[in-house]
Amino acid sequence: MPNKDTIVDVPTVNKIARLSRLDISEVNKQSLTNDLNNILRFVAQLDEVDTSNIEPLASVTGHKLPLRSDDVNDGNIEDLVLKNAPESSSGFFVVPKVIE
Amino acid sequence: MNDTSTLKSGHIQGETGIWEMVIGLEIHAQISSKSKLFSGASASFGSEANRNVSLVDAAMPGMLPVINEFCVEQAVKTGLALNAKINNVSVFDRKNYFYADLPQGYQISQFTKPIVGEGEIIVDLDDGEQTTIGIERLHLEQDAGKSLHDQHPTKSFIDLNRTGVALMEIVSKPDIRSPQEAGAYVKKIRSILRYIGACDGNMEEGSLRADCNVSVRKSGDEFGTRCEIKNLNSIRFIIQAIQSEAERQVNILEEGGTIDQETRLFDTSTGETRSMRSKEDAHDYRYFPDPDLLPLEFTESWVQDIKEKLPELPDSLKKRLVKDYGITSYDASILVEEKDYVDFYQQAANGRDGKLTANWMITELFGALKKDNLSFSESPITSENLGKLIFLISNGTISGKIAKEVFAEMMKSKKSPSEIVKEKGLEQVSDDSEILKLIDQVISDNQDKVNEYLSGKDKLFGFFVGQVMKLSQGKANPGVVNKLLKEKLK
Repeated sequence: MPNKDTIVDVPTVNKIARLSRLDISEVNKQSLTNDLNNILRFVAQLDEVDTSNIEPLASVTGHKLPLRSDDVNDGNIEDLVLKNAPESSSGFFVVPKVIE
Repeated sequence: MNDTSTLKSGHIQGETGIWEMVIGLEIHAQISSKSKLFSGASASFGSEANRNVSLVDAAMPGMLPVINEFCVEQAVKTGLALNAKINNVSVFDRKNYFYADLPQGYQISQFTKPIVGEGEIIVDLDDGEQTTIGIERLHLEQDAGKSLHDQHPTKSFIDLNRTGVALMEIVSKPDIRSPQEAGAYVKKIRSILRYIGACDGNMEEGSLRADCNVSVRKSGDEFGTRCEIKNLNSIRFIIQAIQSEAERQVNILEEGGTIDQETRLFDTSTGETRSMRSKEDAHDYRYFPDPDLLPLEFTESWVQDIKEKLPELPDSLKKRLVKDYGITSYDASILVEEKDYVDFYQQAANGRDGKLTANWMITELFGALKKDNLSFSESPITSENLGKLIFLISNGTISGKIAKEVFAEMMKSKKSPSEIVKEKGLEQVSDDSEILKLIDQVISDNQDKVNEYLSGKDKLFGFFVGQVMKLSQGKANPGVVNKLLKEKLK
């Protein structure tokens, strides 16, 4: 059974939101925290399985990572690349100033 | 400050005693591939803005990365050249952070399972000593794009051409103990990368850059808190930045302060480091395995094939030069620094006096190129012509002194040495009768000195040699002059 412990609290949600550049209103924070805890408690059921001697499973299909040869066969589509940009100039994306 | 003249490099004399530096480097080497690590856009430098960008690089929804086999091969090749453990299974992770030139919102990198594990290299120091520096790991990752902040007062301009270009991050162990060792380590890594062709090592264009982790401690103590100096793109700056950062830390500690672990930038105009970002969670990258990429796997036989094709590396080449050409280990270490130097040297020294060739190349040629501000590839003197000059010296056609004159002319006119010698009539005179004529003239012009010499003033012998050489305009063979003068003045 999922335990009732709180896994994340509001300050943690604030921190994750800041790292993800998400603007979450104060009203939503508590309900979001509750939702996250419900999801995490559900997933935490997996902890009941002993995996100490099991290699992580990357794929169930048995496929291997495909490799491609080193050929230039893409690019030269700057119009397409810039098409959705809110602002661009002489081939550059233009964004609000980001300075260290 | 006390007298620092006897202080070992990498040591700082403080009020409370001698401090030792502990340094670890992260070198970012751009792989010399034609296309990017996970897309088929060109990886070339200097194109129009956003020309070399695919929809994968721009992180459009639904795009999938597909890895470049050549890049994997270069990482394995580099790992082998660093005597490191090759991991036949490795994993790609997402390193999450937000910046305008990283459209994915994460960098694809390798965190828990890199493609290459521990290794070590031998580093040659200026005093001829060697030291071994451990390699912690090497992993593959994507480069970020470029931001221009000086185009507009309130906007930044973003070019994604570099986004997704393949990088190898080579992480050293904290085995480095002085700025000079750090410089020598970078030199050695760069040299190895160039030998195997994995990276062009061009620091000016940013193909090779280093982050330096620096801390200080009293000898025998635990490691101190470190600071990371980001993005240094020349060996000179690496040396300066480490020295100034270590001195900053010693000052703080001696005043009773503590070091904050942080990222710092080196200001090339002041020669000092300054804090870059103080955000407390700047390093919370929330790594997790990239669900778009399966683990990277290859067979041992594929690794063995790459191993067999590795070219001769600087350390073994150095030993061979010492053995085959009889040059000093110090000269050999200078020659193997660059593949181009060794190739040039071996062509010039072929069938010639190896030591003499090494001297002329290292002292005269390198000196002249530096003076004229030329790179090695711009040398007006070819390996063939330097070899011919050595031949003319060795067989006595010209003296060492005249050779310098011929060499200066070769730098100017690019002509072959034999042409210059012929045009200027610089052949060395070794013929007894011609030299005797000169000697006779010097004796008759300086009868008083001859008498002094004969009455015991032996020191005057050098004067007579000088006069004969002068009369011959430097062309007389000094050995023959000496011999004949001695007989004549008995």
